[in-house]
Amino acid sequence: MNLSETLHSAIASILSNKLRSFLTMLGIIIGVAAVVAMTSLGEGTTEEIVGQIGSLGSNQVTVIPGRSRGVPGMPVFSRGGSNILKWEYYLQLRDFNLPGIKNIIAENTTAFTVTYGRESISTRVVGTTPQYPEVRNFNVDIGRFFDQKELDNAERVVVLGKTVAQDLFASPEEALGKTIRVGRMTATVVGIMEEKSSGFQDLGEQVFIPITTMQKRLTGSEYVQSITVQTETEEDLDFVAEFLETFFTNRLKDPEKFSIINQQDILDTINQVTGTMTLFLTAITGISLLVGGIGIMNIMLVSVTERTREIGLRKAIGARPFDILAQFVIESSLLSALGGIIGIILGILISEVISKFSSYPSIISVEAIIIAFSISVGVGLFFGIYPARRASQLDPITALRYE
Amino acid sequence: MNQPVIKVEDLWKIYQLGEVQVEALRGVSFEIEEGEFVAIMGPSGSGKSTLMNILGCLDRPTRGRYFLDGEEVSQLNENQLAQVRNKKIGFIFQSFNLLPRLTALQNVELPLIYAGASPQQRREKAIKSLEAVGLGERIHHYPNQLSGGQQQRVAIARALVNNPSIILADEPTGNLDTHSSEEIMHILQELNREGKTIILVTHERDIASHARRILHFRDGQLVDNETVEQPLEALAVLKELTEEEEIVEPV
Repeated sequence: MNLSETLHSAIASILSNKLRSFLTMLGIIIGVAAVVAMTSLGEGTTEEIVGQIGSLGSNQVTVIPGRSRGVPGMPVFSRGGSNILKWEYYLQLRDFNLPGIKNIIAENTTAFTVTYGRESISTRVVGTTPQYPEVRNFNVDIGRFFDQKELDNAERVVVLGKTVAQDLFASPEEALGKTIRVGRMTATVVGIMEEKSSGFQDLGEQVFIPITTMQKRLTGSEYVQSITVQTETEEDLDFVAEFLETFFTNRLKDPEKFSIINQQDILDTINQVTGTMTLFLTAITGISLLVGGIGIMNIMLVSVTERTREIGLRKAIGARPFDILAQFVIESSLLSALGGIIGIILGILISEVISKFSSYPSIISVEAIIIAFSISVGVGLFFGIYPARRASQLDPITALRYE
Repeated sequence: MNQPVIKVEDLWKIYQLGEVQVEALRGVSFEIEEGEFVAIMGPSGSGKSTLMNILGCLDRPTRGRYFLDGEEVSQLNENQLAQVRNKKIGFIFQSFNLLPRLTALQNVELPLIYAGASPQQRREKAIKSLEAVGLGERIHHYPNQLSGGQQQRVAIARALVNNPSIILADEPTGNLDTHSSEEIMHILQELNREGKTIILVTHERDIASHARRILHFRDGQLVDNETVEQPLEALAVLKELTEEEEIVEPV
């Protein structure tokens, strides 16, 4: 009996009891569908997080006061001892003209009340340098960002986030050229930022002023909260991070007083988390396919018992034990392969539907589909062998007499 | 002279049932020539089923030798026995043993599938075989769409399809009414006339009388080898039955 005959007979047998075949496949279907849906959503979400981190500007190394603890690479902004990074360090770094460095910015964020007429809101005021939009990949929509001259002269200019502008003015366009109050200081609006969110927070809820203006007119402090360096290429990141390490160790005399956050480290951490998640998913797949496989074995055993007479007859008219074995193994493999295919289709549908009705994007992972399918066929093979062996070893005389 | 198609020498079959030894066959020897129509008769427990299983290569004797077509088959392994069953033996069972999910044609094709014949060859042979038993019109019917007699005819077609050396019929009329039984016996007699060797296992004298020789068994031994002088002609019996029916019917 050749393969196509056996396949034909297996299909006929599966179709002859559609409901039971479907219920048998259900374990495999659910397992495979869950895996495909979860990996698709997981991969989509990871891709989006990585993309968002990228959208906050690429190739960055940030220096902050304090030591980050816990998850390596994830920033933990320590409150104590924040007066460590001096403004002059920024100026020194800038004048260093180190090759590989594209931009350097300093940032200082403090909450102030921003008032225009009778409208007044409390928001984050970011004192920074003119390269901020380029480094953070966060651009001006209307008007302009403040320039180097305004920074050098500590002028009273302000750039509003979109949300702040909308809160204070009837429309963002109206804000341009108006004088508002930031804390105790009056300042002229020179630009409105574009709408943007980092995925975690609305970036429109901040206003930007020259860091020198903040130092001289608002806080009186000569310290900055962070210095961020943008490198020319990704390859420069490690080298620049190393340079910063040396630079600040030199200045601060203590490597424990500051942290260097390499963007690459964050991406590595995310990949590590993703890897753990994949492992977790694999375990779930394994369990559900095991359960599905046991279901298949169960039904195949029932089927062998039910078809005892058929097996006896087939043997009487010349089927070898191997023919019977092949017939049942192929039947169970086909059953689980079919379950795998249905599961894959279902999984794709589920992930598409979920991503349509939620903010999770979905990326169908071809790899996951291939793996899930091969495993499901393997499960059918493995769990089909025992019942098939039983069938092939039936004594034809007893089998023919079986009622 | 031709060698006999079946030759058994001192055949023993001993079953171990717990502590008890059951001797189902106790030194049976006989020969069957090609083209014979032999009935094996005996009450239950006489060992005729055991003999039938051994003759059908479904079982192996404990002792003794069995030559089928001159080939010693008593010590073959399972795969070899399967092949012998496929090529040399055509089975007809009391309960037909047709596969309900297959059509008459597909049922008849089954032995050819295991013989490795091409689909076209299978179809041709199966149709020819079904026509030989008068079911040429019903090849696409499923077993449950056929009467008992018709189902047994499909089973005969299946037994014939591989052109076997012997046809082994185990109580082929056991599940049939008199009329259908005679029809089946008629087909077997016709096949025998065409030269087929037929071995019929039965416990009914009426059925055994259709054969030309009867081997009587009792307690695992061959007790009588009876030659039937005038075998019962199934066709004649059928005619009688039909006349009876015609007499009864107008009432």
